Amino acid sequence: MALLEVRGLEVRFPMRQGELTALRDVSFSLDKGERLGIVGESGAGKSVAAFAILNLISRPGYISNGEIIFEGSDLAKMNARQLRSIRGNRINMIFQDPMMTLNPVLTIGTQMIECLRTHMNMSAGQAREKAIDKLRQVQIPSPEERIDQYPHELSGGMRQRVVIAIALLTDPSVIIADEPTTALDVTIQAEIMELLLALCENSDVALMLITHDLGVVSQVTQRTVVMYAGRVVEEGPTRQIIENARHPYTHGLIAALPERTNPGMRLNQIPGVMPSLAAIPPGCSFHPRCEHAMDVCRSELPDYVMDGGFRVACHWVAHREQQP
Amino acid sequence: MIAFLVKRFGQALVVMFVISLISFSIQDNLGDPLRELLGQSVSEAERQVLRDEMGLNDPFLEQYWRFLKKAVRGDLGNSYFFKRPALEVIMEKFPATMELVLGATLIILFLSIPIGVYCAINPRSWFTKVMMGMSIIGISIPVFLTAIMLIYLFSIALGWLPSFGRGETTMIGFWETGMLTWDGLVHLILPSVALSSIMLPLFIRLIRSEMMEVLEQDYIRFAWAKGLSRKRIWFLHALKNTLLPVITVGGVQIGTMIAYTILTETVFQWPGMGFLFLEAVNRVDTPLIIAYLIVVGVIFVITNTVVDLIYGLVNPTVRLAGGHS
Ligand SMILES: Nc1ncnc2c1ncn2[C@@H]1O[C@H](COP(=O)(O)OP(=O)(O)OP(=O)(O)O)[C@@H](O)[C@H]1O
Ligand code: SF4
Ligand SMILES: [Mg+2]
Repeated sequence: MALLEVRGLEVRFPMRQGELTALRDVSFSLDKGERLGIVGESGAGKSVAAFAILNLISRPGYISNGEIIFEGSDLAKMNARQLRSIRGNRINMIFQDPMMTLNPVLTIGTQMIECLRTHMNMSAGQAREKAIDKLRQVQIPSPEERIDQYPHELSGGMRQRVVIAIALLTDPSVIIADEPTTALDVTIQAEIMELLLALCENSDVALMLITHDLGVVSQVTQRTVVMYAGRVVEEGPTRQIIENARHPYTHGLIAALPERTNPGMRLNQIPGVMPSLAAIPPGCSFHPRCEHAMDVCRSELPDYVMDGGFRVACHWVAHREQQP
Repeated sequence: MIAFLVKRFGQALVVMFVISLISFSIQDNLGDPLRELLGQSVSEAERQVLRDEMGLNDPFLEQYWRFLKKAVRGDLGNSYFFKRPALEVIMEKFPATMELVLGATLIILFLSIPIGVYCAINPRSWFTKVMMGMSIIGISIPVFLTAIMLIYLFSIALGWLPSFGRGETTMIGFWETGMLTWDGLVHLILPSVALSSIMLPLFIRLIRSEMMEVLEQDYIRFAWAKGLSRKRIWFLHALKNTLLPVITVGGVQIGTMIAYTILTETVFQWPGMGFLFLEAVNRVDTPLIIAYLIVVGVIFVITNTVVDLIYGLVNPTVRLAGGHS
């Protein structure tokens, strides 16, 4: 059985103009120690999906349908106290911008020790020892001094290391990382990614890596979920997604990778932009941008076609598979 | 730190210099001190002699220079009415005003933080709606009207609380305090409430809006994701960040409260500096007016300095420096 299984997740934001549906029928699963990539352009619903797992969607958003089964129980139905025993303990998060993630008026130590004291029966002294230990693991020099410093005394890269250390403190079984390197200087992005990968591998933590960079996904993850306008449009083993994508949107993302473009040529961006939630086209929401769009695409939502480890929602793909 | 204090001391001197210059130059517009001093029966010739003796006919700069030379030695001249050093007269009333401000500050401190925080955490509750409505009303009613309504309700109609004076006081050294006796404390209640009536709603609204903004920040979301208790997130992670800007604004407002003491003290016959100041204005007692303005200026500078010191202690990203403010 999967460690974390999201089934038919639907998230809505009640707005003045009416309810907007940010996630529709989103399903995916994560096995123990597995690394799953979630990709899609900005606005696809990646972050909403990540926060929904811990029931942390910002108000007025709410989970309107679906299940989030973690170790046998449904997180969507848990009360506040039960959720607190999962958050930051069994499932931990890493946010995008380390400049904003750490509280500016509390020391690094306070922000680490409170996790341990909340979730584990530890004395202040033990917790401090463990925190220093974790800081050392994420390769922060002289952790005994750093632990008493405030976030503003650390560089962006150092702060993200601290956030990673916090995420690993309680030996969780899942880490959800929402674009953990996007806000960092390009020169250290790879370094931080490698560190995160190594630590997850060493402690057998399952990693849900959210990014819009298929390049990173192909290097780090074993399976990939592709999202578009609040839906999963394709899911499969990362290797095969990269080499043999079926969904036209995934094709577009891969064609746009810098290494697929000849030097000196323009990047092959997918024409058009992702629709806003208030104006999602009927049928397949990708059809205005799709070169294979057919009549049926404009009126009918494509069902998932299952094929081995693959799952694709596309009329065109379904049509081709039927041909011998 | 030392550089910071030296800089503030320099600022205080500049503030006092400017205040003295302004108040000294407006004194001619206040009225003729001699009429108050001598009454109507003295002849014009005799008046001129006295004006010359007092130096009131000398050129402005000469008068001001004479005033400054004395002022640096702490001599702000004699009050025309009390015939005693003006500074001494003011300082006798200083404790009464400070205790009034302290009472109002305590009321603001102990009510605005819990109410502001509650309203930020529960934006939709009926209590929040009532508070937000009442705070708008509270801000727009003038202090003296609040004071009169309080007196009518609690002194006249209900007869629970005294409506004028300080009640029984005790001397501690030079400080005349009303805070050590039950009678003194009871007398402090209505004036303090009246004085806080403008600032309290202002602070509730300020704390609420700051806190609501803080609650939207990524670091608060991260704190939730860490599974911390609500208590810890609200009262440590959020509140500490909320109070930073509030401290700065608050310091300035406490200074402003000194100005409101003039009204409050007058309505409640509170024997403080504000009451004295209004009397001095009526009597055209120029040295007393100038002394009052200078003392208030010094209080302003001191409160701002203390506020900056506290801010520096609470906010780790601030280092107190002599450089920029
Ligand atoms: N608090 C909110 N209120 C209303 N709509 C929201 C809110 N949060 C997210 N949304 C909407 O949900 C959709 C998905 O947003 P989400 O942040 O999940 O995108 P994303 O895939 O993470 O994009 P990015 O790559 O930019 O982070 C967007 O259209 C966004 O407008
Ligand atoms: S369903 Fe139609 S429009 Fe949508 S991706 Fe497939 S072919 Fe394109
Ligand atoms: Mg996002």
